[in-house]
Amino acid sequence: MEDLRGFLRSCAQGDLISWASQVAAADRFLRSVFSVEEAALEMGLMPARYQRNRRTISTAEQLRLFRSRVVIAGAGGLGGYLVEELARLGVGTLVVADPDTFEEHNLNRQLLATPANLGAPKVEAAVERVGRVNPAVRVIPLQCAFSRENGAELLSRADAAVDALDTVTDRVELARTCRELGVPMVHGAIAGWYGQMATQMPGEDITPFIYRSGNEPKGVETTLGNPAFTPAAVASLQVAEVCKILLGQGRCLNRRMLFLDLLEMEFEEVPIASGPAPGAPA
Amino acid sequence: MKLFATFRKGRFDVDVREVSPGTTVSGIAGEVALPEKEIGIVLVNGRHADLSKALSDGDTLAIFPLVGGG
Repeated sequence: MEDLRGFLRSCAQGDLISWASQVAAADRFLRSVFSVEEAALEMGLMPARYQRNRRTISTAEQLRLFRSRVVIAGAGGLGGYLVEELARLGVGTLVVADPDTFEEHNLNRQLLATPANLGAPKVEAAVERVGRVNPAVRVIPLQCAFSRENGAELLSRADAAVDALDTVTDRVELARTCRELGVPMVHGAIAGWYGQMATQMPGEDITPFIYRSGNEPKGVETTLGNPAFTPAAVASLQVAEVCKILLGQGRCLNRRMLFLDLLEMEFEEVPIASGPAPGAPA
Repeated sequence: MKLFATFRKGRFDVDVREVSPGTTVSGIAGEVALPEKEIGIVLVNGRHADLSKALSDGDTLAIFPLVGGG
């Protein structure tokens, strides 16, 4: 470890460490680039790839992001952008769960979908993409649907979860499991020109407000579909929320929901009552 | 009464409506032909409400469609 640290120190330019040096250190000391990045950040060295973060995210905060584990439930429209942005942000461990493979109708909006990987599992594409974009980030791919049975295992040790699922039923289940485990969750959903997002902090329950009875499995997206920009917009807002949760900064979108109308370019803030849900026993 | 997103199409953004006493959210949604299964968030005077909530004079009602795509 001391050798690795000495090597990193000798390679550093000011407090920046280049990617080439990270790779050289990994080769020389038979370490993963993941552990080299952690060692560098622990020493107060900022990997050079993050240097434009610095006025926003300090080296200590970058280490905090790197030691964080975020679960991305769904690797479709929202999920693809979530994987991309969280990896570029430098969140160290991403658990990505999705049972599906790519189909042609995903190509209009899903960042990870390409003509070459049609038929391939979405979570596999997530691993490949992060391997190209930020190899220091660890992706744990789970080609399975989120369910009550596997939920607790999937969310174990998570610092935050992101809801990028595509049925109301699964979303309600994810929110319930997050609540049981005390994991903060960032909800996002899209349909056509429209989208919404909200944060559920431990102790809160957003589902009765957003999905009422939860009996309708799908929303108006079944008739509207989704264009390229709506998932990108909503996923970016979700990542900003996750970043704040992990760093304990700013004001999160809990106890309120944001409804986006990109056609009229209107953003409506909807209050989520803090008391018991409507219709719930007093 | 305020409608959002797709609910505006062929209807209105904002409208002032007179309804008979005891009319519920569900009742007024039916009057403007909103399919109940497409209804997501319902606010009466800025607070969440059930479809069964009866409206009173001067209430402001806002209805959003159910959005669930990912």
